[in-house]
Amino acid sequence: MATSTVSPPVPRRRTAWAEGLDEVRAAATTEPGRLRVIGAVLALLVVVFGAVTAWQVTNRAAAADDVVTHSQPLTSDAASIYRSLADADTTAAVGFLAGGEESRATRERYATDIATASALLVKASANGRGADRAGTQMARLNSLLPRYTGLVETARANNRQGLPLGGAYLRYANNQMRTELLPAARALYDAESDRLTADYDKAKAWPWYALAAGAVAIGALGWAQRRHYLRTNRVFSPGLLAATAASVAVLLWLVAGHMTARAGLTASYEHGARSLRVLNEARIDALQARGDENLTLVARGAVLTAARQDFYETGFRSGMADLAGPGEHGAASAHSRLGAALALADDEAGRRPVRAALTRVRQWQVRHAQARAADDKGDYEGALAKVIGPEGSTGASFDRVAAGLQQALEHEQAQFRSSADAGRGALAGLPVGAGVLAALGAAGAVLGIGRRLAEYR
Amino acid sequence: MRARGLSNLRAVMAPVASGMCVMAAAAAVLVPTLGHSSGHGEPVRHGASAPAAPHGASRPGAVPATARCTAGNAAESLRPSSADGPAVSRIKEKGQLVVGVDQNTYRWGYRDPATGKLAGFDIDLVWAIARDILGPHPDVVFKAVPTAERVPALQRRSVDLVVRTMTINCARKAQVAFSTAYFQAGQQVLAPKASHIKAFDDSLRGQRVCTAAGSTGESELRRQRHGATVLTMPNQLDCLVRLQLGEADAVVTDNALAAAQTAQDPTVELKGSPFTDEPYGVAMNKGDTDLVRRVNKVLDDYRDGGSGDSPWMRAYRTWLKADLPGIPGPPSPEYSD
Repeated sequence: MATSTVSPPVPRRRTAWAEGLDEVRAAATTEPGRLRVIGAVLALLVVVFGAVTAWQVTNRAAAADDVVTHSQPLTSDAASIYRSLADADTTAAVGFLAGGEESRATRERYATDIATASALLVKASANGRGADRAGTQMARLNSLLPRYTGLVETARANNRQGLPLGGAYLRYANNQMRTELLPAARALYDAESDRLTADYDKAKAWPWYALAAGAVAIGALGWAQRRHYLRTNRVFSPGLLAATAASVAVLLWLVAGHMTARAGLTASYEHGARSLRVLNEARIDALQARGDENLTLVARGAVLTAARQDFYETGFRSGMADLAGPGEHGAASAHSRLGAALALADDEAGRRPVRAALTRVRQWQVRHAQARAADDKGDYEGALAKVIGPEGSTGASFDRVAAGLQQALEHEQAQFRSSADAGRGALAGLPVGAGVLAALGAAGAVLGIGRRLAEYR
Repeated sequence: MRARGLSNLRAVMAPVASGMCVMAAAAAVLVPTLGHSSGHGEPVRHGASAPAAPHGASRPGAVPATARCTAGNAAESLRPSSADGPAVSRIKEKGQLVVGVDQNTYRWGYRDPATGKLAGFDIDLVWAIARDILGPHPDVVFKAVPTAERVPALQRRSVDLVVRTMTINCARKAQVAFSTAYFQAGQQVLAPKASHIKAFDDSLRGQRVCTAAGSTGESELRRQRHGATVLTMPNQLDCLVRLQLGEADAVVTDNALAAAQTAQDPTVELKGSPFTDEPYGVAMNKGDTDLVRRVNKVLDDYRDGGSGDSPWMRAYRTWLKADLPGIPGPPSPEYSD
C-alpha cells in the first residue's frame, strides 16, 4: 500500500478512500463481500447502459429534429432565396422590355421577389448557428441586394426617358446578379445542404457506445447468474433475471428504434431531400435560361462570347441543355435535371408534374426558336411578343415549367416530411424508456444479489 | 488639330492615289458621263462646307488595278451612279433592303422605347438609301448586328448594307467595300464636367479609363496609356454606366459615340479634341460595286453639296447638333476612280 509505506509510526487518521479500499479488499476475501461487489458492479453496468443509451439516442433524436425542423427548412429557404433573386432578375428584364407599358403584375412580381429574398435572408440569419460559411454568404447577400435593386431602378428610370443607357444599366445589374448575388446564394444553399447532410449522418450514426454498454451489462448479468448457479445450484435468481430482461428490452428497443429511424430518414433523403435538390436545381436552370432569353432582347447583340456568339443566347442554350439535355425534342436525357428528377420520383404523383414541366420545356424551345427567327429577320416587335406576350409566348411556357416544378417540389417536400417524421417518431420515448428500464434493471440486480446476501446473516 | 491634319494629308494623297488607281472597264461603262476636273488641289477639311469637288477622273479602258490602301486614301470610294447593277437588281427583286444596324447607340441607331421603332442619324440615312432604291414606302429589314459581326454578316450576304457607325479603314477595306465617308469622327476623351482631365494627355495619369473591348480606343490606349489604368467593357455604353457609378474616371471612345453618351448624361462632356481620324462609311459586300456607286449617289444627294438645308444637315440638326455642335457640314466625298 503506497500510503502506508510513507506514513509515520504514529498512524494519522486515514482518508475515507483508503479505508473504503481496505474494506473492499477485506470483503473480496469473503463470499458476502464478493457478493456485495458483484451487486454494485452489476447495478452500475446496467445504469451506465441506460444512461449511455439515453444520451446517444437523445443526440440522434436531436439530429433528426435538426434535419426536419432546421437544416432542411433552411436548405429549402436558401433555394427559395436563390429562386427569388433569379426570378427578380428575369422579371426586371421583362418589365424593361415592356418599357413604358410595364404591367402592374410584372412590377409586383419583381417587388415580391425582392421582398421574399429579403425576408428569407432575415429569417435565415435568425436561424443561423453563429458565424460560419452560411453566415458569410448571408452578409454578402445583404450588402449586394440593395446595390442590385439600385441598378435596376436606374435602368428603369433611364429606359423611361428613352435612353439606351437603361439597357446598359440593366445588363450591369444582370451581371451583378450573375457574378455576385447568385453565386453567393448558391454558396449559401450549398452550406445549408452540407449541414443537412451532416445532420443526416449524425442522426443515422449507430449508437456504438450504447450497444457496447448493453453487451457488457448483459454479459456481466449472465456471468453473475452462472456463478450463482454453480455455487447454489439454483437455476433462477428472479432479481437478476428481471435485470437481464430489462437490459435486453432496452437493447432490443434501441436496435429496433434506431433501425426504424434510420430507415425513415434514409427514405426521406432518397425520396425527399435528393429529389428536392434536383428539382431546385432544375428550377434554377429554367430561371437562368429565361433570364438569358430576356437579356438577348435587352442587349440586342451588344455582348458577345469569345466565339462571337451572342452571350445571352449561348447562356440560354446551356441552361436548356442542363435542364432537359442537349436535344430539343422528346424525353429528357438521363443526365439532365429533369431526367434525374424523373428517375428519382418514386411515384406517379411525383412524376406527373415533372413530365408536364418537360412538355412545356419542349414547347418553350419551339417558341424560342420562332422568336429568334423573328428577331434575326429584323422583326423585333414580333420577337418581343413571342417572348413576353401574354399568350403563346415563351414567357407563358416558362411560367408553366415553373408551375410544374413547383408542384413537384411540393409533392417531394410532403414525402420528405412524412418519411422524416416517421423516422423521428421511432426514437420517441426511447431515452425515457431506457432510463426507467435501466433503473428497474439496476434495482433487480441489487435485489437479486441482496437475496443471496441475506442467506449469510 | 490633328484630325484636320490627317484629313489634309488624305486630300493631298487623293489625286496621287486616283492617278494610280484605275477602275474596271465595267465601271467606266456604268459611269459614262463623268468628266475631268481641275479641282485637284482643293484641300478637304473636316466638316468643310465647300461643295464636293470631284477628284481625279475615270480613265476608260485602263487596266484594272488596285491602289495600295493607306490611312490617307482609305476613305476613297467609287464614283456615284444610279445605274442598276446585279446587286441593286437583286434588292429590287426582293423588294426588301436588309440593313445591319446598331440598336444601342443613342442618336445614331437606337430603339426609341416610346415608339418601339429604330431611330437615329444612321437610321435616317438607311431610309434615304431605301427610298432611292425601292421607292417611297420601302420595305426595310433592320437587323441588329454586333460590332464584331458587321464584316461576317456582309460577307455572308445576310445583310445588304451595314450602316452602323462603322469606321472606314484599310483592314476592313480588304474585306468589305465602303461608300464615301458620311461622317467624320475621331477618338476623344469623355469625363465629368467637374473632372480635371483635360484631353487625351498626361492629365489621365492615375485615372481609371474605360473603353470598349476591341475598339480603336483600346488600341490607342494600348499604344499610349498616359499613366492611366485601363478598364475594358463589352460595349462603349457600359463605360458610361461605370463612369456614373464612380468605377471609372474617364471614357475613351469616338466623339460620335461619346456625344451619344453626353446626350444621356448632361454632367459629362467631351474633353480636348479628337486624336484620331475616323470617317464613317456605309459598308457593303465587296462584290456589290453597283450598290456602292448607288449608295454614293444617294450620299451625294444627301449632302446636297453641303447646303444648309440638305438632308444631311437636317439629320445633323435633329440628332447630333445638341451634343456635337459646330459641324458646318458633311465631309467631302473622295473617289478613287
